[in-house]
Amino acid sequence: MSAHTSSPEVTFQPEHSSGTKKIWKIFWVLSALTIIELALGYFLYAKSESLGYPVIISTKIVIGLLTLAKAYYIVSVFMHLGDEVRNLIMTIVVPLILFVWFIIAFLADGESWKNLRNTNAGSKPDATQQVAPAAVNPGDKR
Amino acid sequence: MSTTTIPAGTKWWSGGKSPFNASYGKVMMWYFLMSDAFTFGAFLISYGTIRFSVNHWADPNQVFNAFPFAGHANLPLAFVSLMTFILIFSSVTMVLAVHEGHKMNRKGVEKYMILTILGGIGFLSCQAWEWTHMITGDHKVLVNGVIEEWGTTVTKNPWGPAVPVETLTQMGLSATEHINTPGPIAFGGYFFGITGFHGFHVLSGVVINIIMYIKTKLGHFDQRGHYEMIEKAGLYWHFVDLVWVFVFLCFYLV
Repeated sequence: MSAHTSSPEVTFQPEHSSGTKKIWKIFWVLSALTIIELALGYFLYAKSESLGYPVIISTKIVIGLLTLAKAYYIVSVFMHLGDEVRNLIMTIVVPLILFVWFIIAFLADGESWKNLRNTNAGSKPDATQQVAPAAVNPGDKR
Repeated sequence: MSTTTIPAGTKWWSGGKSPFNASYGKVMMWYFLMSDAFTFGAFLISYGTIRFSVNHWADPNQVFNAFPFAGHANLPLAFVSLMTFILIFSSVTMVLAVHEGHKMNRKGVEKYMILTILGGIGFLSCQAWEWTHMITGDHKVLVNGVIEEWGTTVTKNPWGPAVPVETLTQMGLSATEHINTPGPIAFGGYFFGITGFHGFHVLSGVVINIIMYIKTKLGHFDQRGHYEMIEKAGLYWHFVDLVWVFVFLCFYLV
């Protein structure tokens, strides 16, 4: 159906399929992933009193992985990146790998600031988890 | 959805053809979206850093539990799920518009562009309601021994740790009273800043889609012989949906 020539940069014309089956399939996949995420989020909310830290953090990691799966389907199918040539896929995806390090480094930084503040930069090693005071001045940062 | 047959041994980098096998406009749209992804990524990582650096952060299930016309019913995740599904659905109608464009079917493109525009307007309306509800909502906060009523703004965060029962009884209040202390001031700034930046992307996406609809209606793409502009507008629109997936994760789910 794509007899038209869209631009001189396109050497090999793609063949577009005529069906919409795959689009609807991905719609249902995205909906199902969202519903699973919401169910896990609701589980965290409903059981928030009784869950231990390892369960909470691993549930959050699972929700994060489901989000990455959704992102993969949107980019690969809805944005048709999966149908492009390898050169274009790589020029987009490879720079995004930087995010892996950004996330690790900056979250570790945040954690470190918290520990420094709670322990008064190491001089109060026991106060790892300060209880917030009952009254804080509204002008105070954080 | 489409397959490109490429002969084995094609020398992409020997000159004479684009190594990306895509038009200049489409490649540049991809590069723009990649840089925009870094902008949003930087915002979200900065949010994560500050959130990790404090002992207490607002519980999203407590903050986002309202639904229009539901009064004070406690409905965590409900409204944001509606917003998410509106955006996913408008993404589907957008990809269907691109599909009709490949088939050079003008009526089909018009129909799906209208549906996509309506989805975008629906999402923006939801966000307008949510923001209004957050800014005007009043929550009891204990500030310097005095109970004040705060909305969530860039300078006020009523979602800090709850006031302990002992303090409540000392003040002569019922132990079941829900009174918080002020939370980290960064919460409102990050929430309104990031969802606002995303909402502005949705708004510009709706404007771009309206322009594309008008150009389709005027037959510009039929004259040109291809509907590639719809594809490029579609890339932008899907990106907006993609960013929402991460905003949804960072602000509402975890």
